[in-house]
Amino acid sequence: MSVPALELKHVSCQFGNQKVLRDINLQVFPGETLVLIGESGCGKSVTSKLLGGMLEPTFGEVFWQDRNVAAIPPEEKMRQRLKIGYLFQSAALFDSMTVYENIAFGLHQNTDLKEKVVRDIVHSRIHDVGLTNDVGRKKPSELSGGMRKRVGLARALALAPEIIVYDEPTTGLDPVMSDVINELIITTRQRRPVISIIVTHDMHTVQKVADRVVMLYPIEKLQPGQSQIIFEGTPEQAFSSQDERVYSFVHGDATRRLQELATA
Amino acid sequence: MHSTPIYWLGEMIIRPVEAAGDFALFTYLTLSWVFSRWPRSSVIWPSLYQIGVLSLPVVVITGAFIGMVLAVQSYDQLRVMHLESQLGAVVNLTLVKELGPVLAATMLAGRVGSAIAAELGTMRVTEQIDALEALGANPIQYLVVPRFLGCVLLIPLLTIIADGAGIYASWIFSTYVLEVNSYYYWMHTYEFVTLFDVYSGIIKSVLFGAAIALVACHRGFHARAGAEGVGTAATQTFVFSFVLILLLDFLSGVLLSQISQWIYG
Repeated sequence: MSVPALELKHVSCQFGNQKVLRDINLQVFPGETLVLIGESGCGKSVTSKLLGGMLEPTFGEVFWQDRNVAAIPPEEKMRQRLKIGYLFQSAALFDSMTVYENIAFGLHQNTDLKEKVVRDIVHSRIHDVGLTNDVGRKKPSELSGGMRKRVGLARALALAPEIIVYDEPTTGLDPVMSDVINELIITTRQRRPVISIIVTHDMHTVQKVADRVVMLYPIEKLQPGQSQIIFEGTPEQAFSSQDERVYSFVHGDATRRLQELATA
Repeated sequence: MHSTPIYWLGEMIIRPVEAAGDFALFTYLTLSWVFSRWPRSSVIWPSLYQIGVLSLPVVVITGAFIGMVLAVQSYDQLRVMHLESQLGAVVNLTLVKELGPVLAATMLAGRVGSAIAAELGTMRVTEQIDALEALGANPIQYLVVPRFLGCVLLIPLLTIIADGAGIYASWIFSTYVLEVNSYYYWMHTYEFVTLFDVYSGIIKSVLFGAAIALVACHRGFHARAGAEGVGTAATQTFVFSFVLILLLDFLSGVLLSQISQWIYG
């Protein structure tokens, strides 16, 4: 097996008194599409942010290509992080800027490219996500949820990242637009050999795009010493899992949850 | 364990120390960016416009009314002692040295500080600050430094304008309504208000500007999720800035008084 591109080793994370992750070990390999699933609050987004260097673990180590992220000097870490594109859950477009300025932001910030070259790249990314150039003049507040996600993806792609993290890319979208986003994830991977890390609740997305699925479980529902990663395997294995916790999540079966609520 | 008195005592001590340490680190990071690399002018100009130009009306109105209120209040006291010709000295000295900088800063903590906290707080909860980092921009350099520079450079300027408005309004009111002799009004002003007093007010307003910017940006960066979190950040900005303005006013007042005695004997 090849060297992992990203790796979490015995990572724990907490905010104040709230423990979110406990002793997580996770590897992401070149070229793969890894999907993180799990119920709300189980730490999926935190895991993706740790992998992308957006957060630092409370305990444990994060590795990028065999290099401990904590040991990378800040300037170099900033450069390395540009290899990771991030599509945020809410798209996180800058309200005060137009769509064009949003997509060009990373290029203006990190390169000395002439404006004509920047414009060509921005227009190319706008087309890549299935939009037209006239969208570039609009402000984020004028866009629909699906368009915002697509602009967010165009912005993440502008710096030609090697890794793309999608945080709940289909949440809040209608089924057709969700499928458009799923198709974009697939075509992005086909265009360039990127690593995709997708955080989602959407099992349709899992079926359509995942090479490997990892399911996290909330710490408060685990016994001491139990692993927080309760499933790791292919989408087919996830759908046929006999683990009651995996089964109920994957098939959207509320029986177990209702029992938990009744006994709480 | 969380309900024991020892736990609560520990929390009461640790929380403020932690908050003070975090604010000190935030200030250090901001100053290190200010002295190392400024953001592009296209990033700084909008902040200067927001802080400076848009605050002008409120600052002029505040200054003018402070001047007139001071004239009204002081006139009654001075008239009892037959010292109404000294009105210019009393009003203008109080304005340039103390009330002008403090009240202008208080007004700006409400208008500018709360707006900065709300804007940055909204950016925090909608992940726009995370997005900046993901796109290779340092949020302190990109968001805090322009606002810090705007406040430090323009709040003193706005204070001078407020002082000017106050002096002008109090002169008009004193001479036309209270019928104080204009010649004596200005003569006593020149006699009692020194250049050092004017500089004292400006130095104070620089400190107030820095305090407002740092508190507002820090609160914005630490806003909790939701509309309530952003609202709390804006409210805290005004309260903390106001307390800090009064504290800095006292400390700088003591220090400047010592310097004044050292210079003028």
